[in-house]
Amino acid sequence: MSNTKYILGHFEDPDDLMHGIDQLQANDISIYDVFTPMPIHGIEAKLGVKRSRLPIVAFCCGLTGTITAFSMIYYMLVYDWPIDIGGKPSFAFPDFIPIMFELTVLFCAFGMVGMFFFRNHLFPGRAPRVMDLRATNDRFVIAIDVKKNPHPGKIDSLLKDAGAVEVMHNDRKYISYE
Amino acid sequence: MGNHNHNHSHNFSEYFKFSGKPRIWSLTAILIGVFSIGYGFLTDHAERTFANLLLMSYYITCVAACGLFFLAVQHVAQSGWSAGLLRVPQAFAKVLPVAALLLIIVCAGGLFTHNLYHHWNGEGLTDPKSPNFDSIIAGKSSFLNVPFFLSRLVIFLGSYSIFSFLLTKLSANEDLEGGVNGYEKGIKWSAIFLVIFGFTTPIWAFDTIMSLEAHWFSTMFGWYNFAAMWVSGLCAITLTIILLKKLGHLTWINENHLHDLGKLIFGFSIFWTYVWFAQFLLIYYANMPEETVYFYRRWEPEYLPWFWLNIVINFVSPVLILMTRDAKRKSKTLMYVCIMLLCGHWLDYYMMIMPGTVEGHRGFGIIEIGTAIGFVGLFTFLMLSHLSKRAMAPIHHPFLEESLHHQI
Repeated sequence: MSNTKYILGHFEDPDDLMHGIDQLQANDISIYDVFTPMPIHGIEAKLGVKRSRLPIVAFCCGLTGTITAFSMIYYMLVYDWPIDIGGKPSFAFPDFIPIMFELTVLFCAFGMVGMFFFRNHLFPGRAPRVMDLRATNDRFVIAIDVKKNPHPGKIDSLLKDAGAVEVMHNDRKYISYE
Repeated sequence: MGNHNHNHSHNFSEYFKFSGKPRIWSLTAILIGVFSIGYGFLTDHAERTFANLLLMSYYITCVAACGLFFLAVQHVAQSGWSAGLLRVPQAFAKVLPVAALLLIIVCAGGLFTHNLYHHWNGEGLTDPKSPNFDSIIAGKSSFLNVPFFLSRLVIFLGSYSIFSFLLTKLSANEDLEGGVNGYEKGIKWSAIFLVIFGFTTPIWAFDTIMSLEAHWFSTMFGWYNFAAMWVSGLCAITLTIILLKKLGHLTWINENHLHDLGKLIFGFSIFWTYVWFAQFLLIYYANMPEETVYFYRRWEPEYLPWFWLNIVINFVSPVLILMTRDAKRKSKTLMYVCIMLLCGHWLDYYMMIMPGTVEGHRGFGIIEIGTAIGFVGLFTFLMLSHLSKRAMAPIHHPFLEESLHHQI
C-alpha cells in the first residue's frame, strides 16, 4: 500500500469518466492525466491542458529551412560559382523562391514530426510510456499521482462512487517499462 | 456524450427578415451603381465603363458560383461541421442565374459595341486580304469567334445555374419531408457538378478575362482565376455569416466554425499566391516576348504600384494576420480580413482586366467605385432576399447535430 505511486480509475463509459473528473476536481484532488481510447470533446478544457507548443516548433523549423535554402543558393549561384543563365543576373531572386519554399516545408515537416516523437518518447527502439494498456482498448482511465494527494482511501471511494469499474494501485508509473 | 444532446436553445426554424437597414442600404447601393454607370456612359467613358461592368459582373458571378461550389464540396465530402451554415452558400448559389445573365449581357454588349475583346473581335483581323490582318488572331479564330464564344458562355453558366437550382431545391425538399433521400441524391448531383465545374472554369476564365489580351496566353490562368474566385467566395460567405451573427442570427455558429472558414481563407490565399507565382515564374524564366508582354504592361509606371499592392493585400496580409489560431477565432479580425481580401481581389481582377482594355487610360474614380458599390448592393439584395425565404438552418440535415458540437 505504501509503495503505491499512482492510482488508476477505470471507467467503461466516457460520461462516467467526465463525472469522475468533476467529482475529483470538486474535492481538490489533482489529476495527473486522463487516457481515453478515443477523443472526447471538451476534455482538454476541463482538465486545463495547455495548448500544444508544436506550432512554435513548426515556425522555427520553417524559418531555419528558409534561411538554409537562401544561404545555400546564394553561396552556390552568386558567391561561389556565378553562371550566366539566360542572360539573367546571378542573383535572380524569383528563381530562389521555389527552393526556399520547398526547404521551408521540408524542415517544418521533419522538425515537427521529430519533435513530436522526441517529446512523446516514440523514437524507434525506445520503450513507449504507457500507464495502462487497456486505455488504448476499451477503458477510460484517470491517473492520480499519490504523492500530491495523500488520501488514497478517499480517492478510491470517489472514483467508485463516480462509476469506476476498477481502481488500480500501481507501484510503477509506466507498466510498459520492463 | 448522450446526455449533452438536444440541450441547446437555438431556434433553427427562425427566418431572416429582409427589411430595415440592410434593405435600404443595398437598394441605395444599387442606385449609386446605376448613376455611376450612367455617368460613365454620358461622360464618354464607354470603354472604361464596360471594363468595370465586366469586372464586377464577373466578380459577383464568381462569388455566386463559389457558393454553389462550397455547397457541392461539403456535400461530396459529407462534412458535418458546415451543416449549420449551409443556408448562406445556398443563398449565394441562388443569385447565380441573375449574375450569370448580367455577365452574358455585359460580354455580348461589349462584343457588339467593340468596347471589350477588340483584340480578337475587330474588322478584318482574320481576313488575309485586309490591312488589319493579324495572323496570330486568325490562327485562334476557330476558338475565339463571337458565336462560339457566346454559346460557350451560355452553356457553362447555364449548366451551373441548373445545378444551383437542383441543389437548393433538394435542400428545400429536405426541410419539408425530412429523411436522407434528398441528401443522398445531392451527393450524386454535387459530384457531377464538381467534374463539370472543374473542367469548365479554366475555359470560362480564358474566355471572359484572358481573351481581353488575345495575343497572350497562359495555361495557369484558369487556375489562377479559380483561386481568386474561391478566396473571394469564401470571404464573402464568412463576412455574411459574421454580419448575420451580429444581427443576432445563426446563434449555432460559433468560433469553431469561423476558425474552419478562416483556415480555408488562409490556405487558399496561399494557394492564390502559389498559382500567381507559378504563372509569373515560368514567364520570367523562359523570357519569351509573346509571354512577357503581359507582365511588361503591368510593370509600366501606370500599373506598377497596383501590381505590388495586389501581392501585399492578397498574400502578405492574410498570411501575417491569419497565421495564429486566435486571429481566426476572433470574428472581428476575421471580418476585417474578409473585407480586405474582397477589396484585394477586386484589385486582382482590376489588374487582369484594365491593361487589356483601357490600357494607359486607366482610371480610379466615380465609375470604378460606383460600379463596385452598385454590384455589391445588387448581390446583397438578391442574396438576402433568397436567404429570407427559408429557415436559417437546414432543419432536417443529417449532420446538423454534428455541426452543433463541432470543436477544434
